Amino acid sequence: MSDTAADPRLLRAPPKRGIRLSWADERFRSIIWQILVVGVVVGIVWWLVRNTAHNLEVRRIATGWGFLSREAGLPVAESLIPYSPTDTYARALMVGVLNTLKIAVVGVVVATILGTMVGIARLSKNWLLSRIAAAYIEVVRDLPLLLQLLFWYAILQGLPAPRQALHPVEGVFLSNRGLKLPWIQWQDAHSFALLGLILGIVGAVFYARSARAKQMADGQPRKVWPVAAGLVLGLPVLIWAGLGAPWQGDIPALRGFNFQGGLTITPEYFALLIGLVMYTAAFIAEIVRAGILSVAKGQWEAAEALGLQRGRILRMIVLPQALRVIVPPMTSQYLNLTKNSSLAVAIGYQDIVSISNTTLNQTGQAIEGIAIIMVVYLTISLSISLFMNWYNARIALVER
Amino acid sequence: MSTTMDPAGAAPHLASAARTDAPPAIVLDKVNKWYGSMHVLRDVTLSVATGERVVVCGPSGSGKSTMIRCINRLEQHQEGRIIVDNMELTDDTRSLDAIRREVGMVFQSFNLFPHLTILENCTLAPIWVRHMPKKEADELAMHYLSRVKIPEQANKYPGQLSGGQQQRVAIARALCMKPKIMLFDEPTSALDPEMIKEVLDTMVGLAEDGMTMVCVTHEMGFARQVADRVVFMDRGEIVESGVPEQLFNDPKTDRLKTFLSQILRGH
Repeated sequence: MSDTAADPRLLRAPPKRGIRLSWADERFRSIIWQILVVGVVVGIVWWLVRNTAHNLEVRRIATGWGFLSREAGLPVAESLIPYSPTDTYARALMVGVLNTLKIAVVGVVVATILGTMVGIARLSKNWLLSRIAAAYIEVVRDLPLLLQLLFWYAILQGLPAPRQALHPVEGVFLSNRGLKLPWIQWQDAHSFALLGLILGIVGAVFYARSARAKQMADGQPRKVWPVAAGLVLGLPVLIWAGLGAPWQGDIPALRGFNFQGGLTITPEYFALLIGLVMYTAAFIAEIVRAGILSVAKGQWEAAEALGLQRGRILRMIVLPQALRVIVPPMTSQYLNLTKNSSLAVAIGYQDIVSISNTTLNQTGQAIEGIAIIMVVYLTISLSISLFMNWYNARIALVER
Repeated sequence: MSTTMDPAGAAPHLASAARTDAPPAIVLDKVNKWYGSMHVLRDVTLSVATGERVVVCGPSGSGKSTMIRCINRLEQHQEGRIIVDNMELTDDTRSLDAIRREVGMVFQSFNLFPHLTILENCTLAPIWVRHMPKKEADELAMHYLSRVKIPEQANKYPGQLSGGQQQRVAIARALCMKPKIMLFDEPTSALDPEMIKEVLDTMVGLAEDGMTMVCVTHEMGFARQVADRVVFMDRGEIVESGVPEQLFNDPKTDRLKTFLSQILRGH
C-alpha cells in the first residue's frame, strides 16, 4: 500500500437508477401522489375564493379597507397609547395590538421565570418542595385554560369595593377595580437615570468580558459581580441624585367611588396574566426538568472529579447541554401563550381579537376583521419563532 | 483473557516504583458503606504507597467501583476513615476540593464534555481550578495530548473520535491537572477489542513514569505486567490481595478460584 494511492472508496460512483412507468415502482407512485395532492389543494383554494367572492356579491357586502379611517365610537378600557372613542378604527386596532403585545411579552418573561423555578424545585432533594411543585404542575396543566381564566377573574371580581379595598402597604390598594400601585411623576431626571441603567448594563457586560480576557492571559480569576453591580445600580442612582434626586410620588388615593392617580393594573389584565402565566409555567417547568435530567450524571461526576465548583459545572457543563433540549419546546410554549392570550375575550380584556370582533360587528367587514387578527398573530408568532430559532442555532451543540 | 492479554502478558513486569519511605498516598481504614440496607463496603482496609500500582478485580457488584469512587468522594462512606495525600476526607468542602485537585479519575464511559473541543476538555480545569493562563493551559494540554498520541485531534469534538481515542483524551484531561494519584474505573470495559490495547498502552506508559495508580479492571494481562499488587473483592470486602503472579497462579480462597475460572472461561 502506497500513501499516494487514491482512496479506493472514491473510485467507483454508485449506479444511477431510472424510473419505471409502473405502479410497482415506488418513485413513480410517489410522484403521482404528489401531483394528486397539489391538484386537490389548488382546487379547494380556488373553490373557497370563488365561493366567497360570489356570496359577497349576492349579499352586496362591500369589501375594502376604507372603514379603517372612519370614527370607531368604540370605548376601550385600557390602552398604552392615548385613545378616545372618537378616534379611528385603525387606532382602535392599534390599541388592541399593543394590548396583545403587553400580555404576551410580560407573560412570556414571567412564565419563563416561574416555570424555571418550579422545574428546579421539582428536582429538589427537599421532599416537601418537590411535592408542592409536582402537585402544582399536575393540577394546573390538567384543567382547561378557559376555566382557569374565569376562575381568576371571578376571584378578582370577588374582591371588596374601592372603599373597603385591601390596603396592605401605604399606597397599594387591591379592590374589584384592580391593583393600584404608587408610581412617580416622570421627569427628565428619570429618563436620564433609565439611560444610565442601560449604559450600566452595557458597561457591566464589557467589564465581564475584559475580566475574562485578562484571566485567560494571566490565569488570575477576578471578582466580576461587585463592579458589575456597581455599574448597573450605581450609575442610574448617581445620575438621578446628580440631577437633584426628584421624587414626587404619584400615590393612588380614594376619591369618591374610585381611585385617582398611581399605576393601575386592571382586574381583566391581572386575571389574564395570572391565568396564562400559571398555565404556561406548568409546561415550562416540565421542559426545564427534562432538560436538566437529559444531562448524564457522568457529566457532573467527571467535572467534580476535576475539582470544578458546582456553580461553574452548572454554567459551563450542564446548562449548555440542557439548553439544547429546552429551547425548541420552549419556543412552542411561547407561541402557545401568545395565541392563548386571545381567550382574553372571555373575561373582557380588550386585546386584538376583542377589538377586531367589535369592529367587524359594527362595520360588517368580517373578512377584513379576521384577516387583521390572522396577520397580527402570524407576525408575532413568526417573530418569536425567528428569534428562538436564531437563539437555538447559537447555543446548539456542535458535537461533530 | 482477551486477545490483548497475550502480548501484554508476555511482557516483563515493570520495576516497582512504590516508595516505602514516603507516607502512603491512600489509606482506607475500616471503610463501610450502605445503599439503603445493602451493605456494599464491609470493613475495607487498604493502604497504597506513593508510586504503587494497585489493580482491583472482582465480580460485578463486588463493590470495587464504589470503593474507588469513595477515594475522591463521588460516593460518601459512612464509617471508617479515608486519607488521601495526608488529608482526611470529611464533609469539609475545602479538603474535598484539595483532594480532587490531586486525584485524577478516568471513567468507564469516558464522560468527555460533548459541547467542548478536545483541547477545551483538557484546559477547562487547569484554567478554572488551577488558575492557569490560557496559553499555558493550551501548551500543557497539547503536551499530554501528544503523550496519548492524538495531538492532531485537538480541535475536534468528542463525538468525532473513536471510543479508544475518547478514553485517551479522558486520560489526558485528568493528567492536565497534574494529579499525584490516578484512579481508573474499568477504563476499557466500554471499548471494542481492537481499541483496548491503545488505552492499556497509554496506562502502561503512565505506570512507567511512576504514577500512583488504582485501577479497577478485568484485564489480567495488564495486571500481570503493571500491578505491584492485585486486590480481589467480593460482596463488599477485600478477600485476597498479593502480587499478581501469586494471586493468579495460587489463589487461596474458593471465591477467587471461582472468579478466575469464570473470567478465564469467558475468553
